[in-house]
Amino acid sequence: MSAPAFPHKHLLGIEGLSRLDIEGLLDRAEAAVEISRQVEKKRATLRGRTQINLFFEASTRTQASFELAGKRLGADVMNMSVASSSVKKGETLIDTAATLNAMRPDVIVVRHHQAGAVHLLSHKVDCSVINAGDGAHEHPTQALLDALTIRRNKGGFEGLVVAICGDILHSRVARSNIFLLAAMGARVRACGPATLMPPGLDRWGVEVAGDMREALDGADIVMMLRLQRERMSGAFVPSAREYFRHWGLDADKLALAKRDALVMHPGPMNRGVEIDGAVADGAQSLIREQVEMGVAVRMAVLEALAERLPNG
Amino acid sequence: MAAPPPLALLNARLIDPSAERELAGGVLVVEGAIRAFGPEVTAASIPEGARAIDCRGDVVAPGLIDMRAFVGEPGLEHRETLASAGRAAAAGGVTTLVAMADGAPPVDDPATVDFLVRRARDCAAVRALPTATLTKGALGRELSEIGLLQAAGAVAFGDPRRSVADALVMRGALAYARGFDALVTAICAEPGLAGAGAMNEGEFSARLGLPGVPGAAETIMLDRDLRLVDLTGARYHAALVSTTASIRALNRARDAGLRVSCGVSINNLALNELDVGDYRTFLRLEPPLRDEEERRDLVAALAAGDVDVVVSDHDPRDVEAKRLPFAEAEPGAVGLETLLAAALRLVSSGDVPLPRLLRAMTTRPAELLGLPQGRLARGAPADLVRFDPHAPFVVDPAKLHSRCRNTPFDGARMEGVVRLTLVAGEVRYG
Repeated sequence: MSAPAFPHKHLLGIEGLSRLDIEGLLDRAEAAVEISRQVEKKRATLRGRTQINLFFEASTRTQASFELAGKRLGADVMNMSVASSSVKKGETLIDTAATLNAMRPDVIVVRHHQAGAVHLLSHKVDCSVINAGDGAHEHPTQALLDALTIRRNKGGFEGLVVAICGDILHSRVARSNIFLLAAMGARVRACGPATLMPPGLDRWGVEVAGDMREALDGADIVMMLRLQRERMSGAFVPSAREYFRHWGLDADKLALAKRDALVMHPGPMNRGVEIDGAVADGAQSLIREQVEMGVAVRMAVLEALAERLPNG
Repeated sequence: MAAPPPLALLNARLIDPSAERELAGGVLVVEGAIRAFGPEVTAASIPEGARAIDCRGDVVAPGLIDMRAFVGEPGLEHRETLASAGRAAAAGGVTTLVAMADGAPPVDDPATVDFLVRRARDCAAVRALPTATLTKGALGRELSEIGLLQAAGAVAFGDPRRSVADALVMRGALAYARGFDALVTAICAEPGLAGAGAMNEGEFSARLGLPGVPGAAETIMLDRDLRLVDLTGARYHAALVSTTASIRALNRARDAGLRVSCGVSINNLALNELDVGDYRTFLRLEPPLRDEEERRDLVAALAAGDVDVVVSDHDPRDVEAKRLPFAEAEPGAVGLETLLAAALRLVSSGDVPLPRLLRAMTTRPAELLGLPQGRLARGAPADLVRFDPHAPFVVDPAKLHSRCRNTPFDGARMEGVVRLTLVAGEVRYG
């Protein structure tokens, strides 16, 4: 793979990446897709390197995806989740970082429930750090895998209309996607109940739609966001059924988008809350492909960062 | 003890904030009090044996009165002590600090107030005046013993970090305090709206993915309190306001004849939400730093005289409380030593005249607290500061006198160096 060198030590967010950085990562990921489809999936790019997946928040697909990506590139991968770590015993994030740093890893992949926690950790370790999701801030590899999926199906981003629907306020996926799509020249529309829309969203270069009808009208991509269970009642949304009626994606609403519109969801899905099961499994859905692209994109990111490591 | 010889500060640029005027000349201090000041105090006019200091054109003004500082006593001495806070204050030109009723336990007992009065007398380089909580344990449920606490020496009453959420309790506290003509200080933050927030709510908090606190959280609670002040006639001081909506509400209340006043933190006047930058936890403050427009409007309100006092909101936090993800870090910043220099930024930017600025840090807090200092007047205590308003320096946290180093001005370039701090005529710094 002969992609341009990635100019950053860490991947903490999409904000701060240039269009060229993003394209470089996507090009690398295309090659990784090919590798992953072969019988012999193993490469030696990261041989001898140690990758630690440090997850303070439960995750199935992201953690598995990073683990597979590291292993396919030949790294030794260690998974640490909060349930078995000393953080539960009162150790601070920074102590944990210092402890792991002393074990001389080459890459740490971090997920944390607090925005900014991965930035903080990156200041305290010597190795490269990849943000696998920090609070409601960013989830850059999710945005990259979404971008790869879009590019492979639509050929590019310029002028594409992408509707992002649901709980944008609490969504790191939405933030990373908005930053990425804006950088790549797509038109982003956002839609959701007013309680779940962040303040000042219109100043991010996003068109804020009043309802799903307006958001989906003529859209090329419909990206649905997960509604966390704890937000389905209380001060945000009255009930799951009311949410589904107004903001859930079903066949009728999808019909408002372009005929060849494609449906995406970062998973895990709440069927019957933000998305109808039939739509999720339907011909326009890219949800399975997103998962495949996830491994490829993470391989690309690991490889790009590894080239910058000492002795790399 | 023999009385110290008279002391004369000569060739100074005198600022008299009570009259908001400035004049050239000197100050003559005899027996801890101001004996004379103005152009007539010269090397030729001072009494024989007086110690003369040539101020070389530096500003000489009443020492600052900081109405909001956390001193770590009792029980939180790992953060600060009256001794360390006193050193920081003296180095910052603050000659009187008002200690918040924070601590372990909170200051809600006359014996604790008495302890603080004695500790301040014995350990602090400057005057440190205790306050007491408005409710027992600062829990917002039962009234503190305002009468006994006042008799022990508490100069004001307020739960230091939270609003009294229950309107009935707040009404009772205000009505009861009125009977003692006690000054009630209040934090204005509606608990539900402010609850989980970590910074100003707006575009920037949304980008950082941090939960926000809208300005309305402050104004809603202030509006409630002002209506209760209307009911009770209490003397009420909104300790920290951060929005111009709050300033407008206070102006209306004042116009209606209510005895209300407000303080603004120097942080809200000198910094804005963008200073949070890359999740810098030293900028995690309550109330949060607002946007630049709000900051500019607050500065304009200060220039217009609508802000009664400017405070440091000095709140030392140890390393462990700040080396955390932003939303989990404790709010607060040290400020006693940088208060003056940070405030002078507003003067050098041309936004606030120096006498008006100093009035909000000397005369006006003295009026609210009923103190004789904070003015250049014959017979007033000789609590004085000499500073060069144009001398540049870089804030070096390692050189701060406070026990904690959580300054939001880490590495900032500032102008305004304190050369001399006098308390009752005695040199406490310089």
